[in-house]
Amino acid sequence: MAIDTKNSKTGFVSWVDERFPLSSFIKNHLTQYYAPKNFNFWYFFGALALFVFVMQILTGIFLTMHYKPDASQAFESVEYIMRDVSFGWLIRYMHSTGASLFFVVIYLHMFRALIYGSYKNPRELLWLFGVLIFLLLMAEAFFGYLLPWGQMSYWGAQVIVNLFATIPFIGPDLAEWVRGDYLISDATLNRFFAFHVIALPLALAGLVFLHLVALHEVGSNNPDGIEIKKTKDKKTGIPLDGIPFHPYYTVKDLMGLTVFLIIFAAIIFFAPEMNGYFLEANNFIPADPLVTPSHIAPVWYFTPFYSILRAVPPILNSQFPGVAAMGLSVIILFFVPWLDRSKVRSVRYKGPLFKKWIAIFVVSFFVLGYLGTVPSNIWGQFSSVIPLIGGTDVATIVARIFTILYFAFFLLMPFYSKKDQTKPVPKRVTMR
Amino acid sequence: MTKTYKKVDQNKRKFLLTATSLTGVAGISALGFPFMASMAPSEKAKAAGAAVELDVSKIKTGEMKTTEWRGQPVWILNRSDEMLETLDRQDELADPDLEVSSQQPKYCQNKTRSIKPNILVMVGLCTHLGCSPSPKLTPKGDMGSKWEGGFFCPCHGSKFDLAGRVYKGSPAPTNLVIPPHTYIDEKVILIGEDPEENV
Amino acid sequence: MKNFIAFLLILFSAHTFSADVVKLDRAPVDLSDKDSLQRGARNFINYCLNCHSASYMRYNQLLDIGLSEEVIKNNLLFTANKVGENMTIAMANKDAEAWFGHAPPNLSVTARSRGADWIYSYLRGYYRDKTRDLGWNNKVYPNSAMPHILWQLQGENSYDMDSGELTLIKAGTLSVKEYDQFVGDITNFMVYLSEPHQEKRKKLGYYVIAFLLVLLVLTVFLKREYWKNIK
Repeated sequence: MAIDTKNSKTGFVSWVDERFPLSSFIKNHLTQYYAPKNFNFWYFFGALALFVFVMQILTGIFLTMHYKPDASQAFESVEYIMRDVSFGWLIRYMHSTGASLFFVVIYLHMFRALIYGSYKNPRELLWLFGVLIFLLLMAEAFFGYLLPWGQMSYWGAQVIVNLFATIPFIGPDLAEWVRGDYLISDATLNRFFAFHVIALPLALAGLVFLHLVALHEVGSNNPDGIEIKKTKDKKTGIPLDGIPFHPYYTVKDLMGLTVFLIIFAAIIFFAPEMNGYFLEANNFIPADPLVTPSHIAPVWYFTPFYSILRAVPPILNSQFPGVAAMGLSVIILFFVPWLDRSKVRSVRYKGPLFKKWIAIFVVSFFVLGYLGTVPSNIWGQFSSVIPLIGGTDVATIVARIFTILYFAFFLLMPFYSKKDQTKPVPKRVTMR
Repeated sequence: MTKTYKKVDQNKRKFLLTATSLTGVAGISALGFPFMASMAPSEKAKAAGAAVELDVSKIKTGEMKTTEWRGQPVWILNRSDEMLETLDRQDELADPDLEVSSQQPKYCQNKTRSIKPNILVMVGLCTHLGCSPSPKLTPKGDMGSKWEGGFFCPCHGSKFDLAGRVYKGSPAPTNLVIPPHTYIDEKVILIGEDPEENV
Repeated sequence: MKNFIAFLLILFSAHTFSADVVKLDRAPVDLSDKDSLQRGARNFINYCLNCHSASYMRYNQLLDIGLSEEVIKNNLLFTANKVGENMTIAMANKDAEAWFGHAPPNLSVTARSRGADWIYSYLRGYYRDKTRDLGWNNKVYPNSAMPHILWQLQGENSYDMDSGELTLIKAGTLSVKEYDQFVGDITNFMVYLSEPHQEKRKKLGYYVIAFLLVLLVLTVFLKREYWKNIK
């Protein structure tokens, strides 16, 4: 009796295929999903973001097994994880380091889209889902930061929730409703826990799925900003500049992932506090509603936006304009696909104006980010002799200038992107 | 564009693929270890479950004391000589010779199921479904005329003798458990740790 | 609303604090020095653990620094019965508040919030100040509620506000060098106490990174092998 080995091998797969689109899924999304062959360094971060997301969920599940969302026990339970739970310290550091690296990766991923025009037609929805993910990620990080119930957790939440209180008319009631109390308390901690461990991760997972569906519908952009679907092999219909995602990009991303893991491990094992940027010193003091630490700054990934908040002066005794500006600095990202009126996608073929503005944007982002981590009097005050700005903190004025430049990058985009001298775009992608 | 097509060495590819996969799988398994380990009893649980000391000299002959170890009731019964005599007379036992060795440490695998003949140390949980049996130490009484003293589980009627051995016909499948224990000195026992030479 | 504005004002202006911070001395932290850690543990338990707790720490964790269970049980276990118990204290927070103004903080993670240099400088920074209730003040933490617990060891200092220098006016039972070592050991121990697994963490880190480097070499070769004909 001869057994047909070939059939018996695929027997299980074909059994599944009759009931579930397994093979066709692998084909459509991996082995016969054609991605441009000219991806460079910037194209690692999408896959890395997905990896960090999975790691955060995994480590989060295990932390939840030991963490207590109770104002009287939360701080202690974190130390319990750090000391008494076997390898609890490792899981906790993976989670805290992962949170910061998530933002590193996401910022680089977004910057990639910005320089190569990956938001332009037909990828507007892809970009919108992405910005939405970023927005929810900020909320996720904010809720999570309260959970260790240290001084920075407490006062950070206090400041951010009080931002809602500046909204005219409904503000104070709204802030009270968010807290569920007259101050940040056990009730607040409990609901932030609920948002952090279930509501937002669920929403994020859904949005990541939509982001990927949109990506695979329109296909990846590339550093040249050339649509590879336009030049296909006449016989096979395969894009000439495309290569199957698997095995080419799986092995390449694996290499990128390993480099990332080395950095990840180096921080976890040798510098988990990252000099106070990832874990702040004051957060090792349990939350105390009666004493504010002398200097409170948000975690580094929020500081550019926090700087914008601080830079805008109160108008008519209301802090609301600053709050509105901070909100707008993120919301404005949603409009980028329609602000950019350039004929070309990639920075490689855009003109000097765009290059200049993107450089200004990057510098603004870093300067604002840095200023958000330090007290506003760090650079002293202007001499009182100087009219208008005399006596004001130097850093505040600098933050104001860069806030204006930050917004100018977006608001002037329709003009400079249209006016810009673009270079001719080649038909086929280039490898460099 | 001049293209020079390099020949694909399938063996090299296979080797690299296998080597990377194996290393990767090894890495993932190693990463799995701390996660699994984090679910084991923590230092807090271990401290709470640490061995318990008890002075047995204060238990009068024929009396029983209950203490707690790892959240379980542990009985310490100081059996009188008459009580010990009853052990030899039992012929209705399911496992009189202690063949199910998991129910007691090696050093208690003897006639009295104890280190010192009189002092019985035993986990007070029925081996059927985990109820705590009632001590019925004196003969007869509400247990009937044949009863010579022992333990009776109120949940499903399992009966045990004064060494915790189960009677035939009881729902409980095995004898009651003797926990690891040791004598620190003449008077004091440590429940939860084996004697030194048995470690 | 008013509160919030006041709060923001504090937030935006309170940073003048950092301007007049005293220069801190460098603490001799060396977690591989088991002798220092053991001395530090003794000093800490004898002098600090009466008023301050370190309740996130378990006594049997001290096995890490080379102390045996016997030694812990016989010499260090004043506030607990079993080596698996936490380093708690008998003093109730309410009593402490009545005696000192506020409860002495739990010292389990103080080395992470204040830093080793701060602790070291603080314990060396006491001086005589008659204006204070308990007669002591501190140059690192002015008007500290804690009296100078170690004064018999250090002796008494006077403080020159202008130069920021302390001068010994009455010698203690320890010489200046001995006292520095005494306090240095406590500081070293408190750094260990703040994260008992940190040495283990670093050691494990070398293995993990070595492993990842091997994986990196493999993945680089694998990528090159697959990509050699993509041009």
